[in-house]
Amino acid sequence: MSDFLFEQRNTIVAFLIIGLLISLALSIVKGRRVMATERTDLVFGNPAKALGGWYWIVTGMSFVMLIWFYFSWDAARAYNPTAANELCQVAKVESAIKPMRSQFPFDKPNLRGTDLIARDSGQLDRINTSLTTLALEHSVEAEATAILAILSSALVDQANPTYTKTSLEGEFKSIESRINQLTANFNDPSYPGQPTAEQVAAGNAQPGWGDTGKEIPVLPTTPLGYRYAAVAAEIKLIAKDFVKLRNTNPHLLAQVADIKARIKAAQAAAKADQTLSAAQQEVHVKLYRQLNKMLKRIDDGSIFPPSSLNGVQTALAAFNQAHIEQQGSLKTYDTWMMPGGRIMAGNSACSEQGSGRWLPKPSDTLGTLARISNPDIGFKDVPLLWYRWQPVGGMIAFLFPDWIADLIPGNYPRHTQDGQINSNFKSNVRDFVTGNYNSFSIPVPMGHMWDSIVRVVTGLFFGIILGVPLGLFMGLSRFAKGFFDPMVELYRPVPPLAWAPLILTIFGIQDDGKIFLLFMVAFAIMVISARTGATGTQLSKIHAAHSLGASHRQILRRVILPNSLPEILTGIRISIGVCWGTLVAAEMLAGTTGIGFVENVARKQSDYEVIWVTIIILGVLGLMFDLIMRSVINRTIPWRGKG
Amino acid sequence: MSDLVSDNLNMQFTTPSGLVVHALKDVSFNLKKGELLSVLGPSGCGKTTLLNIIAGFLNPTGGSVKLGGTEILAPGVDRGMVFQQGALFEWLTVAQNVDFGLRMKGADPVETAKKVDEWLEIVGLAGFGDTPTYQLSGGMQQRIALARCLINDPDLILMDEPLGALDALTREKMQSLILKIWKETGKTIMIITHSVEEALMLGERLFVMAPRPGRLHKEYRLPFAEMGLTQDPRDIKKTQHFSETREEILSMIWDMEEEIMGGGSL
Repeated sequence: MSDFLFEQRNTIVAFLIIGLLISLALSIVKGRRVMATERTDLVFGNPAKALGGWYWIVTGMSFVMLIWFYFSWDAARAYNPTAANELCQVAKVESAIKPMRSQFPFDKPNLRGTDLIARDSGQLDRINTSLTTLALEHSVEAEATAILAILSSALVDQANPTYTKTSLEGEFKSIESRINQLTANFNDPSYPGQPTAEQVAAGNAQPGWGDTGKEIPVLPTTPLGYRYAAVAAEIKLIAKDFVKLRNTNPHLLAQVADIKARIKAAQAAAKADQTLSAAQQEVHVKLYRQLNKMLKRIDDGSIFPPSSLNGVQTALAAFNQAHIEQQGSLKTYDTWMMPGGRIMAGNSACSEQGSGRWLPKPSDTLGTLARISNPDIGFKDVPLLWYRWQPVGGMIAFLFPDWIADLIPGNYPRHTQDGQINSNFKSNVRDFVTGNYNSFSIPVPMGHMWDSIVRVVTGLFFGIILGVPLGLFMGLSRFAKGFFDPMVELYRPVPPLAWAPLILTIFGIQDDGKIFLLFMVAFAIMVISARTGATGTQLSKIHAAHSLGASHRQILRRVILPNSLPEILTGIRISIGVCWGTLVAAEMLAGTTGIGFVENVARKQSDYEVIWVTIIILGVLGLMFDLIMRSVINRTIPWRGKG
Repeated sequence: MSDLVSDNLNMQFTTPSGLVVHALKDVSFNLKKGELLSVLGPSGCGKTTLLNIIAGFLNPTGGSVKLGGTEILAPGVDRGMVFQQGALFEWLTVAQNVDFGLRMKGADPVETAKKVDEWLEIVGLAGFGDTPTYQLSGGMQQRIALARCLINDPDLILMDEPLGALDALTREKMQSLILKIWKETGKTIMIITHSVEEALMLGERLFVMAPRPGRLHKEYRLPFAEMGLTQDPRDIKKTQHFSETREEILSMIWDMEEEIMGGGSL
């Protein structure tokens, strides 16, 4: 069932979005109609008006869901699942063309050669001016200046067509015509012909968009996709050949050889000069290192005469035009349905770059929830919420401390000469209190959710049964108020999470530490609310009970306790909320189970879907606790606010 | 003989700032069994203090009060209380409120249930036993408070402005109910009130108290309570005797209030 739903999720989402749009429109219409009738007979600020109305709830929920579907690209996937695959092929072309484009003023103001000349000649000038400050010997300085002059001419001579080798023009022409041929093919809808059977099979065999993680299928599956993929493969080869082209003419090579020799000679001379101090030697080493660096920049011949590249540039512009035009409606779809990002081509898979990457799709999130809800999968080998069979003996044993057996007179049995161990009464009792016997098993809930709930409920339970009596006592007795107030007020103002590292260190990362932390949280709140309830009892009620013959104990039990119930129950409601928040943070700090643990692991793995799943689970459980408390409050203290 | 005897009762409070307030000074009176007493006076004259001492919630600093020869030192079931706001236990139903005293004593539940029905009948709330008290109106709540107090069969009933929070019509009905209960049960009743008309209607005897220090200023013996048992209260209020007494007491209290205000402004 869940597999079927997962496979059909695109279709489901498509219908869901249409439903959401319709309900959004209808609820707005309904809401506006109701508002129109209200305006005449209600005054501004009437609280009854703020009670809401389902239509605005529907409007708000639909709006949020639509935003989520849109920005997570779930809507894009629902209505055009092949678009991502096609855009992946488009991205392949873009990434293949990139090294070639960067030579030309497409994405930046200058030709690459222009930038190189500006940068390198500026650098040569700076070295030249710094020579005077180095305090070199006259002959050395003269030689360095001469080397700089040749470097400078080697740089600018590359741009001079007189020195360019004759074959270069033909090579550029060849690149240009190959690009033009490809552009013509690009614009031809029949290119590259029918895909081979292997291509089709490979395309069909790959998983769909989002079936495995965030990846987008990389092999083409549509006619447009095949065309882009073929163009991408071809332009990649052209680009490879293009970036190999170098302006390494004989003139440049001669200059380079000359510079190399002169630097080498100067270096050797400096090294041999015994009169130079260590500091002066250092200055020389630095200088020749700089000159060598400049030589390496210049000697690879990556600057061409200015007009030689015009043909390739024009061809590339035409290619780019075709690249954009051939995308057609896909371009529009990309712009509007995949907001905030684009698809990037990689070697083995394309990936979503943008909000689609970190905002999980609602359908995938539900899929993840369904997956980890499966008790056989779970999260880190622990199910979210499931049951296991547990022997009753162990549970009974939990109620008895093990030392009970030790108190019984006599000794535990020893093994006999035959190697037999005969049990006696004392050992039988020990087996009982440790649960070491065969007993039938009953199913017991378990899992991350259950662990979190048990921790909260246990901490809360002890907080209530200890905090309420103490709070009432403090509300009734001057001594108790004075004696216990400083103790509670000493630890209560400290944020519970500030205690967490200390308590988790003392108690260990298992349940006891977390439960104790939650107990501390709940205890302080319960003490304060019970105290408020007790001190809030009307004196006349206590007087009335007195004159009706009630004893102190009866007044406490029959008047003050029920009278404090509203405050106590409100305290419990607040405690649950605070405990829930503290628990998740404590589980993130330490532990091996619990919803907070799941979220923390998911965070480390950047698994956004699991993070969202835990957020949803935490919200639902928190809401559930609050709804339970609300109904308890409505049932237990219906007189609240009416007394 | 379960008379209420107050002998030179004195009550002094010390305020947190160290000021000594003489709330009651030399209050002596004798209330015979079956008498109906209303106590009237301007605010701050010590009416409520007097009532709290008789109820046993406060111990006097001087003198003594005795009920049936026993000195009052603590609250007890022989003195029933009815408060201004009813002081009902809103977490209990009407019947549970009424039988509260008997339940605390551990009385037989069957017997108790019978008594509760009787008393609800008397105060006119038959059939309301299972209703939560917070759903009832102020007048009904005050009837429950009456029944709750009377079911314990106290010798003396103390009422602290029992009708103060009720509307005029309900008030009149409740006054008749109190008179009826007084006559039928023959209980000693002491009512503290703000309203002169109410004090006249519900006072076989009437004490007017004066403030600073709180003391008995004047005592009346009046026929209106007796008359109220048989006649329409509106007719009683029209009689000359009633209106003359009312004017006399009103001007008396007015003068006392003037004195307080004048003293305050000096």
